[in-house]
Amino acid sequence: MDKVNIGAVITTPGSALNYKTGSWRTLKPVLDEAKCKFCNICWQLCPDSAIEQADAKAKKPIKIDYDYCKGCGICVQECPFNALEMVEEEK
Amino acid sequence: MGVKQVVKGNFATAVAAKLARVDVVPAYPITPSTLFPEQISTYIANGEMDAELLLTESEHSAMSAAIGASASGARVATATASQGLKLMSEMLFIASGMRLPIVTAVGNRALSAPINIWCDHQDTIAERDSGWLQFYAENNQNALDLMLMAFKISEDRRVLLPSMVGLDAFVLTHTMEGVDVPLQEEVDEFLPPYKPVYTLDVKNPMTFGSFGTPAHYMEFKYQQWEAMENAQKVIDEVFSEFYEKFGRKYEKVSEYRTDDADIIILTMGSMSGTARAAVDSMREKGIKVGAAKLTVFRPFPFREIKDLSRKAKVLAVADRNISFGFGGAVFAEIAGALINEKEKPMLIDFIIGLGGRDITQEDFYKIAEISKDAIDKGKVEKMVHWINLREVQ
Ligand code: SF4
Ligand code: SF4
Repeated sequence: MDKVNIGAVITTPGSALNYKTGSWRTLKPVLDEAKCKFCNICWQLCPDSAIEQADAKAKKPIKIDYDYCKGCGICVQECPFNALEMVEEEK
Repeated sequence: MGVKQVVKGNFATAVAAKLARVDVVPAYPITPSTLFPEQISTYIANGEMDAELLLTESEHSAMSAAIGASASGARVATATASQGLKLMSEMLFIASGMRLPIVTAVGNRALSAPINIWCDHQDTIAERDSGWLQFYAENNQNALDLMLMAFKISEDRRVLLPSMVGLDAFVLTHTMEGVDVPLQEEVDEFLPPYKPVYTLDVKNPMTFGSFGTPAHYMEFKYQQWEAMENAQKVIDEVFSEFYEKFGRKYEKVSEYRTDDADIIILTMGSMSGTARAAVDSMREKGIKVGAAKLTVFRPFPFREIKDLSRKAKVLAVADRNISFGFGGAVFAEIAGALINEKEKPMLIDFIIGLGGRDITQEDFYKIAEISKDAIDKGKVEKMVHWINLREVQ
């Protein structure tokens, strides 16, 4: 049985991290790592902070955190190098 | 024993807040409840009360501040009426949903339009579904006592819901009556300090007013429903504890000369005394009529209303409110409460005293006459009657 505190009080600070909003997604952005130019435009524009920054020096591309990415498609729309693509979510 | 004082209804609610050792009073003035924050500010200025008076820019803000203060563990009271309660409405639902035992005195006043500052119960009745307990005072002593008891009932761990105490605009708020003001030590024994389950505290951070997704929202609402059910028992307990301590008896439904009555007239608020006087006059003429007064409207006293309904042929409900497109709200609740009873009286609704129209004994004679007619005919020909309505074109 679930325990819910009266008045919806949450007694554990920072517990929002446990709430994986990624399940809301129907489409997901997929990165073609070879095309990523590390410009970080997608990282700046993701409204959910679901993108891990790219590192140009280390030639490390961005990474999408699918636990929180809601599939809005903004990153795909804004990537100037067409490195991202929206694909159907498999459930 | 307390001290007898001749005071206005608003004073009675303010002195109750002082005696309850309220910590925070967020308030915005509105007729006819303005004397409440005025009196609190006098108490604070005189050093008689150790409380924070927050003068906000609207009633919406007053209730918002009440919510914040209550979440921090303070005992909180405020007062409002009419349009002010309407402006608070959004926050009322949040206070009950967050399970904060705030107590609000409401000087029951009609709603605009047309603008009117006099008494009816429309303001609180329209907040029937806000999740607040609702008490209605007949006189200034009731106003004081119900305020004190409201803290104890609301703060009970089985309840943890806010309460509003209605007192009729002007008829009570601005009328001087003899009131027994209890002593501080008596109230301290009756009402211990508020011990919240959760409190806002920087050292122990928690989230208040969190998000409730479809996966959980219903369970929170069910908890509120259960708390309201629990309040039925807690109210009875607190009423009887109050009686033992202070000698004044309260009941959810109080009956008067109902035992052999054919007609029982049900009232709420200050009209109840007039109804009892009318009953006495009619009894002298041999009319078998009784009266009953509803002090608690939320939670609705189902059991007591069912018991009452078995005593009469007609239950005549005097509603000082109107739900357009249906009738009076108290009538609707009573009809609902009795729906599955095999034996039930005829129910007739009487809309009365809106916008401060005087309610007189003659009005109750008229109610009894219409009820008697239904008994003679064996049926209710018209369900909703407007009492003492002028003929206008
Ligand atoms: S916008 Fe495109 S190229 Fe730039 S970092 Fe994001 S995925 Fe890489
Ligand atoms: S789809 Fe939207 S939420 Fe997901 S990574 Fe791209 S911008 Fe962020």
